[in-house]
Amino acid sequence: MRAAAARGLPAVALVLGLLAAWELYVDIAGVEEALLPAPHAIAQALWDSAGLLWRNFAVTAEEVVLGLGLALAAGLALGVAIHLSPLLRRAVYPLAIGSQAVPIPVIGVLLVFWWGFGLLPKLVVIALICFFPVLVTTVDGLAAVDPDQPKLLRTLDASRWQALRFAELPAALPAALSGARIALTVGVIGAFIAETTTPTTGAYPGLGREIVTDVNFQAPRAYAGTVMLVAFALACFYALALAERALAPWSIRPRGETP
Amino acid sequence: MPSQLQSPARAPLTQVDGGEPIVLDGVSFAYRDRRGVPLQALADVSLRARAGEVVALVGPSGCGKSTLLELLCALRTPDRGVLACPPAVLMPQRDLLLPWLNALDNAALALRIAGWRRAPARARAHELFVELGLEEFQRLRPHELSGGMRQRVAFLRTLLAGKPVLCLDEPFGALDAITRGEMQEWLAGMLAREPRTVVLVTHDVEEAVLLADRVLVLSARPGSVCAAIDVELERPRLRTADRVIALRERALQALAQGSRR
Repeated sequence: MRAAAARGLPAVALVLGLLAAWELYVDIAGVEEALLPAPHAIAQALWDSAGLLWRNFAVTAEEVVLGLGLALAAGLALGVAIHLSPLLRRAVYPLAIGSQAVPIPVIGVLLVFWWGFGLLPKLVVIALICFFPVLVTTVDGLAAVDPDQPKLLRTLDASRWQALRFAELPAALPAALSGARIALTVGVIGAFIAETTTPTTGAYPGLGREIVTDVNFQAPRAYAGTVMLVAFALACFYALALAERALAPWSIRPRGETP
Repeated sequence: MPSQLQSPARAPLTQVDGGEPIVLDGVSFAYRDRRGVPLQALADVSLRARAGEVVALVGPSGCGKSTLLELLCALRTPDRGVLACPPAVLMPQRDLLLPWLNALDNAALALRIAGWRRAPARARAHELFVELGLEEFQRLRPHELSGGMRQRVAFLRTLLAGKPVLCLDEPFGALDAITRGEMQEWLAGMLAREPRTVVLVTHDVEEAVLLADRVLVLSARPGSVCAAIDVELERPRLRTADRVIALRERALQALAQGSRR
């Protein structure tokens, strides 16, 4: 525990230093609050609007978690399918790459037309943004088994499915988890994009939309919401790093720390 | 590590059916590059191995020894010639143990692939570990094992595949000299106890004489059998015994002649 605290110290010191500089800058330069609220004003907004922010956060967190789940499932499934079928690789890969260039607002209207104002279109947007790193790392991980391994497995009379199950899938797991970590870091901004491109009828529209509403008139609250998003992304990232340790302990190099 | 050499009479741990010999008659094989240009790896190889015989293949680098094993394991089919071989399992030079499985589960992999459920497969592999005095290693992952231990686990995996023919591709090539000596003794004990037809590919002429009933010398590429040396010595064999040394010299001479061809 003490060791963990010591490892976190540089980051904490850096953040505190930046906050102090920020506070001083706003104070000395006399920056308007609408342009850049001071840290103490943001903290105040966080405290005053805790209930509102929290309920919006709950909406966004659900979107991120479910959307990432969908992205992981889609990325893994597509990755395995592409690994097994060269035909599918040639057919699907260019499309998957192209999908990453599609500006979401273009399809936002269509998604709402298909699935309404609820959760589903948002999950689809997040999954669309996040599945790609999982797909690429899974495909590469599956292909990275030792070239002699298939020979050995064949002399043990392993079927294609058994080779996948006993050798290729576990070998690809660390890579796929790295992909998941990348997906996660874009997942939060993905939720923001989802909320701002597909309207919602819920009582709380989510933190992303709340931030967009606040940014012109309640800048401290917009920043407070941003702080929550950042904290959430960090928490998710480290949770996944822990999960990686549990799921694929053999891939953790003794000196290779997670950042 | 208790030497297995003291007790060759103990009951085998694994048993297989299949008393068929290995027969190769005029077998040739060529690799083709992308343009289809052939690279002749084996030319007109003929050899026979009785069921239960240990045959060592020695030859210069690139003479097609590993290709020959792949033919025996039905991983490739010959371009020409007749090949008859009972089901064979490969033990590659690198152990190829799966890093996420412990030693026990790595050895049990052969059984899992044969359709055994996890618990009985582990129990069966556990019997072998206990019988061979390797019990303390069975929970360790490959990166925690020494090179020799990894090869032992790989060999147990090969045995548990339950095939009458074992194809060992330079199994100790990557080990240091002392460990290699230990492993040769260990393998001699294992083969005395678990009778199989064995085709052992090696660079090491001494290893061939210590372990094999017959040493076949392959010529430089394209490989073909250029000498056959019967090793009619009782076991266990000592590397310092005069007759072992004499046979080793004979094999070395044949190897030198075949390499010059």
